[in-house]
Amino acid sequence: MSSTTTTAPETGEIVFYEKDEHAHPEGHSTALGFWIYLMSDCLIFAMLFATFAVLGGNYAAGPSPKDLFDLELVAVNTAMLLFSSITYGFAMLAMEKGQAKQVQAWLLVTALFGAAFLAIELYEFHHMIEHGATPQRSAFLSSFFTLVGTHGLHVTFGLIWLFTLMVQVGRRGLVPANKRRLMCLSMFWHFLDVIWIGVFTFVYLMGMLR
Amino acid sequence: MAVSYPVPTSPIFGRFTLDALPFHEPILVVTFLVVAVGGAAVLGALTYFRLWGYLWREWFTSVDHKKIGIMYMVLGIIMLLRGFADAIMMRIQQAWAFNGSDGYLPSHHYDQVFTAHGVIMIFFVAMPLVTGLMNYVVPLQIGARDVSFPFLNNFSFWMTTGGAILVMMSLFIGEFAKTGWLAYPPLSGVSYSPDPGVDYYIWALQVAGVGTTLSGINLICTIIKMRAPGMTMMKMPVFTWTSLCTNVLIVATFPVLTAVLTLLALDRYLGMNFFTSDFGGSPMLYVNLIWIWGHPEVYILILPAFGVFSEVAATFSGKRLFGYTSMVYATVVITILSYLVWLHHFFTMGSGASVNSFFGITTMIISIPTGAKIFNWLFTMYRGRIKFELPMMYTVAFMLVFVIGGMTGVMLAIPPADFVLHNSLFLVAHFHNVIIGGVVFGMFAGIAYWWPKAFGFRLEPFWGKMSFWFWVLGFFFAFMPLYVLGFMGVTRRMRVFDDPSWHIWFIIAAFGAFLILLGIVSFLVQIGVSILKREQLRDTTGDPWNGRTLEWATSSPPPDYNFAFTPVIHEIDAWWDMKRRGYKRPLGGYKPIHMPRSTGTGVILAGLSTAMGFALVWYIWWLAALCFVAILAVAIGHTFNYNRDYDIPADEVERTEEARTKLLTGQVTP
Repeated sequence: MSSTTTTAPETGEIVFYEKDEHAHPEGHSTALGFWIYLMSDCLIFAMLFATFAVLGGNYAAGPSPKDLFDLELVAVNTAMLLFSSITYGFAMLAMEKGQAKQVQAWLLVTALFGAAFLAIELYEFHHMIEHGATPQRSAFLSSFFTLVGTHGLHVTFGLIWLFTLMVQVGRRGLVPANKRRLMCLSMFWHFLDVIWIGVFTFVYLMGMLR
Repeated sequence: MAVSYPVPTSPIFGRFTLDALPFHEPILVVTFLVVAVGGAAVLGALTYFRLWGYLWREWFTSVDHKKIGIMYMVLGIIMLLRGFADAIMMRIQQAWAFNGSDGYLPSHHYDQVFTAHGVIMIFFVAMPLVTGLMNYVVPLQIGARDVSFPFLNNFSFWMTTGGAILVMMSLFIGEFAKTGWLAYPPLSGVSYSPDPGVDYYIWALQVAGVGTTLSGINLICTIIKMRAPGMTMMKMPVFTWTSLCTNVLIVATFPVLTAVLTLLALDRYLGMNFFTSDFGGSPMLYVNLIWIWGHPEVYILILPAFGVFSEVAATFSGKRLFGYTSMVYATVVITILSYLVWLHHFFTMGSGASVNSFFGITTMIISIPTGAKIFNWLFTMYRGRIKFELPMMYTVAFMLVFVIGGMTGVMLAIPPADFVLHNSLFLVAHFHNVIIGGVVFGMFAGIAYWWPKAFGFRLEPFWGKMSFWFWVLGFFFAFMPLYVLGFMGVTRRMRVFDDPSWHIWFIIAAFGAFLILLGIVSFLVQIGVSILKREQLRDTTGDPWNGRTLEWATSSPPPDYNFAFTPVIHEIDAWWDMKRRGYKRPLGGYKPIHMPRSTGTGVILAGLSTAMGFALVWYIWWLAALCFVAILAVAIGHTFNYNRDYDIPADEVERTEEARTKLLTGQVTP
């Protein structure tokens, strides 16, 4: 909302409408809208976490976290995602300075870290499935694969988005629309980091303590 | 793939075969013929009168919140006919199947009918009507030109429609779920429901759910960010307040539905074990999760109806709404409490006395803010100059009917009583009591109240009153017997009965359903008659009811840009305040107005999503994959379009406004 006086300065009469066109700048509510979207996405993860909390101990005589998880590998994986968030931060700093080329470069670095994260995750999944720990084996594994896999799917969409934005920044430079999109993706990417911290803590670390 | 039964799937058609078409079901064949002939007639007429281009340009691709709102209402009313057809089929079956008779519906068909009735009435009647009203009215009430994300709004509408189309397809291609409207596992699991019915259910709700969630985000942003200058939160019209709370609930609950249906789909498609009875799955987890969405959902429906009644009670009593502040707080309290009661839907789960007491008490507490609202409406009417126009009649009927439903709700909130009444027709009577008395009457009140705003003429009152009386009487005849039957121990969803002493009550209920049928027919006649008599019913003022809120400040129907100049707000009832203090409509000095451009992307994306849902239902994997890739491509392609707005030139605004000036001064009859 713009600041508006409620009485006309010259006559003191009450003003019932604005004489000047009251245009909202393009994308004026995007940040708020995207925040709300992220919170709705967060709820999906909340449900998956809750499901894991309920079913995570139901091994059905199958493998348990201690049999499956390799914490060192997961630590490397976590590092990949955390680094990608830092490099996205550098992309945003470059955007503030108006350096389109640098933005693209940092986005690329971010994408590489993201891809490394996904590769390690897929390797882990593959390894587990090869040893008979399939999503069908027990409710614990169903909820594990779904929670971690949904996060991975989000990272995949984030990667597609990263490449789309690289092209768009290349084509049009740092126009306001692109800056807005960079900001949204930044929120999305950091959000996935936060979710991953939850996964790492509740699924992997606490799983090993079970 | 760990699907536990042999499915003959072909690489091209998946598990679809010609056997999926219901040639052997006479009822469905006749229905199909009627729908096909009717549909062909409509399509033929559209082609003959060359309306396709008009519809595509002016409606389907429009991002104007008013047109999208109207399209939502049309969708809701069309689906009401389907949902009601299911209802009257059930009533006839239950009144028939006594004394050894099997009725006329075989069990596999009857089970689909009661499932489809619930799903359609909630998701594709009540939700579109509520969303449609909010879409139409909220931007006008807050003095905005459109919603925050106009394209998203169009997309949301088409996703909702896509879900409705999937449900309708299940009528003639394959079958619908036979599980009841919430598809509890293990019944809805693949071992007990191997047919495509539950898959139709899942994908219809997933497609529509995306639309609902996005529409919720959109309206929250609109209300937070786009209020006219001076309209602080506590000066917003009550309908806008209830809309805000409803959309907060939508965003806070529909993701839960999305998640739980995804888990059910993973069980069914990939053989996972979330809700199965073995390998550690827990069916009761599903019941918990779905009611965490399901209970707030009923408040999503009722809150906007409360908003309508608030606007109507104030306008037709010629008074300011009594207790505005308490009304707002009551709404917010209901919003929060609606999240803390879900377990009352399954006290019989056996979660123990303390848990059941907690949820019983939170449920009873909700009746306090709701009761405060009832008193507020009564005090608004007290010493008012009440005009008993149709919206006001519905408001009074609502207060009578809803209070009965609310009290039976409090009865059900008492866990020991619930153990007796659980899953009985008493429960069915209770929720129809609140949904018909609350949501349906609210929507009819809203339609009658805002119709003149949307179309520039009033609804014809005679047929409206016929509809009103048929609905109210029909409701009592149809559902009071179900309370009695519930006490007699009759469970819901039964197809045949042994005890002849129940028969009379089912006959009375069927008679009530027939009265409601007359109510629906009268409503349609009312619309038809009103369109024919639109010249006599014309409203040139834009303010036929002597309204109080901003939507009545502009013309009827409003121009694309809603308001030529952004209004400035000083009081709660902004338009009333403007009229009282001698507001003069500006007659010059128009500026170009910035507006969003129409786009067909929403239709295309929703069409692809619907096709993907269909492909998944029938295991046509190549089509599902193709649609998925196409959705991504179209969505990404859309982001490369940076040119999404245009300006309405000042002289066009001037022409529109001058036409209105002539109307207002009576120089021209339209």
